[in-house]
Amino acid sequence: MVHRRAVWRGFRQLLPISLFVAVFGMAFGLAATQSGLSGSAIVLMSTLVFAGAAQFATLDLWGTQMPVIALAVTVFAINARHLLMGATLYPWLRHLPPVQRYAVMLVASDANWALSIQALGRGEPGLSLLLGGGLALWLFWILGTWLGLFMGSAIDDPVRWGLDMVMGCFLLTMVVDGPKNPRLLAIWAAAAGASLLAWRYLPENSHVVAGAIAGGLLGAFWPEEQP
Amino acid sequence: MSIATTSSLGVLLIILIMAIVTLATRWGGVFIMAFVPISRRVQQFIRGMSGSVLIALLAPLAAQGDNGARLALLVTAGTALLLKKPLPAITAGILAAALFRQLAPLAGGA
Repeated sequence: MVHRRAVWRGFRQLLPISLFVAVFGMAFGLAATQSGLSGSAIVLMSTLVFAGAAQFATLDLWGTQMPVIALAVTVFAINARHLLMGATLYPWLRHLPPVQRYAVMLVASDANWALSIQALGRGEPGLSLLLGGGLALWLFWILGTWLGLFMGSAIDDPVRWGLDMVMGCFLLTMVVDGPKNPRLLAIWAAAAGASLLAWRYLPENSHVVAGAIAGGLLGAFWPEEQP
Repeated sequence: MSIATTSSLGVLLIILIMAIVTLATRWGGVFIMAFVPISRRVQQFIRGMSGSVLIALLAPLAAQGDNGARLALLVTAGTALLLKKPLPAITAGILAAALFRQLAPLAGGA
C-alpha cells in the first residue's frame, strides 16, 4: 500500500538533499549548454532520464556524432545499480499491484532507495518514502537543470564548496543509522573489498555491482541468527 | 552506428535511448525477481546486498577522493554516530570538506 501521508513525509525528508541535487542540476545544465545542447533538449533529458551520473557521462561522449552502442553501454553500466535496488525492494514491491510496483520504481534513485530500504527494514511504509522522496529529487533535478541554463556560472566550482560530497555523506548516514553486527560488518567488508578491486581492475562503472553481489553472496551463505 | 547530434531529431533520439536504457535498469531488477522463488537464501542474498550497494558506492569514493572527501566522510560518520541524526552529520561533513579545500591550498598542501 502507498500511503499519501507517508509519500508527503518522504518528500519533506529528502527536501534538504534535493536542494543540493538542484545545485548539481545547475552544474549539469551549464555543462550541457557548453557541450552545445539546446535548452529544451537539456531539460527534456533531465526529465526523462533522471540519472545525473549517466547524464554527465553522456556529455563526455558528446560530439557531432554520437556512437549508439557506446552511449547505451555507458548509460547501462552507470545505472546498473538500479537493477540491484529494484531487487532489494522486491520483497515489499511484490505486494503492490503491478502498475503501482513499476510506477514507484520510475523515480527510484540512490537517496530515496537508501531511505526506503532502511525504513522497510524497520517495518515502516518505506515504499511511500521511495515515491515521495523520488518525486522531490526528480522535481529539483529538473528545476536545477533549468536554472543552470541561465545562471549555471553562479556555481562555477561546486567541488570547492564540498557539494560533491552531499550524496556520499547522505548515503553514509544511512549506513551508520542501520543495524550493525559482526555478520553485517563482514558483509560490508566483502562489499568494500570487491568494489575497490573492481574499481581498480575491472571495466569502468562495474564497482557497485561487483561489491553488491559480493556482499549479497556472503549474506546468502552465512545464515542470519534467528531473532 | 552513430547519430548526428546536429539535428534536433537526432538529439531527441539520443535522449530517448538514454531514457529507455535507464528505465530498463529501474524496472529490470523488479521484473527479474518476479521469476525468482523467494527462498530463505534469496532473502539473505537480497538483505546482504542492500547494505552492500551503499558500501560499494562509498568505498571507491573514499579511496579515489581527495583528503577533503575522506575528511567529509569521516566527520559525517562520527557526527552521525554521536548525534544519531542524519542532517547535522551531512552538514558537518560538507562543511569539513569545504573548509579543508579552502584552507589546504593556503597551507601549501592539497
